[in-house]
Amino acid sequence: MREAIFEIDELRFAWPGSSTLCLDIDALRVAKGETLFLFGPSGCGKSTLLALIAGVLLPQHGRVRLDGRDWADMPAARRDRYRVDRVGYIFQQFNLLPYLSVRHNVLAPCRFSTTRRQSAVQQYGSEAAAVAYWLDGMGLSSTLWDRPARDLSVGQQQRVAAARALIGKPALVIADEPTSALDEQRRDDFLDLLLSACRTADSALVFVSHDLRTAERFERAVAVPQINRASMDNEAWA
Amino acid sequence: MIRFLWTLAWHSAWNRRFTLALTMGSIALSTFMLLGAERIRTDIRDSFTSAVSGTDLIVGARTGSVQLLLYAVFHVGAATNNIRWSTVQALASQRGVRWIIPLSLGDSHRGFPVLGTTTDYFKHFRYGERQSLRIAQGLPLSDLFDAMLGAEVAARLGYQPGDRIVLSHGSGELDLSQHADKPFVVRGILAPTGTPVDRTVHISLQAMEALHVDWIAGMPLRGQHTDAKELRQMDLTPRAVTAVLVGLESRSGVFSAQRTINTFSAEPLMAILPGVALDELWDVIGMGEKALMLMSALVALVSLAGLVSVVMAGLNERRRELAVLRAVGASPWDVLILLMIEGAMVTIGGVLLGIVGLAIAATVLGPWLQSRFGLTLDLAHPTDLQWQLLVSLVMAGCLASLVPGWRAYRLSLSDGLSPRS
Repeated sequence: MREAIFEIDELRFAWPGSSTLCLDIDALRVAKGETLFLFGPSGCGKSTLLALIAGVLLPQHGRVRLDGRDWADMPAARRDRYRVDRVGYIFQQFNLLPYLSVRHNVLAPCRFSTTRRQSAVQQYGSEAAAVAYWLDGMGLSSTLWDRPARDLSVGQQQRVAAARALIGKPALVIADEPTSALDEQRRDDFLDLLLSACRTADSALVFVSHDLRTAERFERAVAVPQINRASMDNEAWA
Repeated sequence: MIRFLWTLAWHSAWNRRFTLALTMGSIALSTFMLLGAERIRTDIRDSFTSAVSGTDLIVGARTGSVQLLLYAVFHVGAATNNIRWSTVQALASQRGVRWIIPLSLGDSHRGFPVLGTTTDYFKHFRYGERQSLRIAQGLPLSDLFDAMLGAEVAARLGYQPGDRIVLSHGSGELDLSQHADKPFVVRGILAPTGTPVDRTVHISLQAMEALHVDWIAGMPLRGQHTDAKELRQMDLTPRAVTAVLVGLESRSGVFSAQRTINTFSAEPLMAILPGVALDELWDVIGMGEKALMLMSALVALVSLAGLVSVVMAGLNERRRELAVLRAVGASPWDVLILLMIEGAMVTIGGVLLGIVGLAIAATVLGPWLQSRFGLTLDLAHPTDLQWQLLVSLVMAGCLASLVPGWRAYRLSLSDGLSPRS
């Protein structure tokens, strides 16, 4: 069995002030380099689960380990650094700082993480070469690289976000419904590029969507309501 | 990384340049007000204290020292008692006295005070940095009915040398009792000084005496009239004067000279040191200046409050931006620093803008201020207080941006990577 990039054990999480559990997950494990498709209807706790995996939230009970370390063992500032060193994040939309150029958006993780910068430089010789590699890899023409991010179309912006998530080869890429703002053709193109890029970077990918048609392209698909014992719709998915 | 935060702050601020420019404008305005008020205050004080210099003592009948200063130097108010001419002569011959300038006040010309004095006035009187009076137009006083106008009197009333003017008894604007029978000729006009000299009509002591030959207790004597020709034959030695400016051989003798005068036996006199009395007077009228500073400080406070509220109001729209920053690795502390940098940039920008604005205003308005108020703005030499004001403005701006910074810190903690928007 491959080494795990993250492991969840006996996780129980409730939002502060709420008496009912939001998530109650016995176990979830993703191996290094694995691609996981997480799906479920809105409100089933997908985004909360991602926040727990990324160490933005801490569970009241149980453990969430990323790359061998329990988030709960680290103080907040340490968690921030640990996260940017190991996790690339892609949102549904509005991923970029609109006023920065495409190039600088991609470089942002290297500014906050020495690990990511060193890894990028080590792999491609320089930051600029790493940016070029990943933007090229996401099929973005070099004429766009120095334009402000706001000038790009939604589809192009998502690809820039993917390039940014992958620069410096983080061990885990988390994509929170990154294709929901794209039409079908672009969705497939984006997915192709993202999956092959994660393979190149050797990054594990946790991809969240409610669109089951894309599930087959991942090594594994998990329905959140199925593993979440706190979910109301548990039986419907069983 | 700090450099990257600066780049971020700059680009992000540029992205919102219109709202931030408004805030910057209001900070510029308060800088302008604070520095301008302090400048004007200092320069008013300077021009105020420059009203008399080189005079060691001012001597008058016993009264308050501020009162004596007011009428002897600023020609405001009236003396309760005069000094006899014999006393003036005694003063002149007192040991250590180099010169005296007798001053006789009480008449006016269309609201401007008339000062009767001797030619020593034009020789010994000093203002500002020991500058002496200079005749800009015309000639020194020579005839009995000659008048020498201050620059402002001539400019306001449009007089030229050779014009005839009529003086009035008393100091009112209303010319109720005129010395119409004894008109004066404008002989010369003094160069502007920025002191009360500019607003004064100067005549000789003899002329002052001549004007009042037929007067007793402020009224012309009924049925008695001495005409100008007869007057020239009369002995016009003044009977009394209002005050005397005294210059000493050496400054070190000033206290003993003052003591001698204060204990003068023939009539009760008092001698004051102009500098001390000016300070006393400034303490009284300095209240207005403090109010001005307070107003400016309030304006500064309001603009900083504006800075806080503008940045705060913008924060909600920037939650997405903050979340993106968090996602690429910025910690909540980085977010706080980012907001601080932004506040500092806006404040420093505003302060610089205010300084430039003040420099432009001073250049454009300088000549007008000088001619209208006799005020010279000296921008080249910032006062200590001006520096302190600048530093505290910038510091207050940075502190003020802690408020939105803290809120952004809290927001990015609670939002994590996915703002609830």
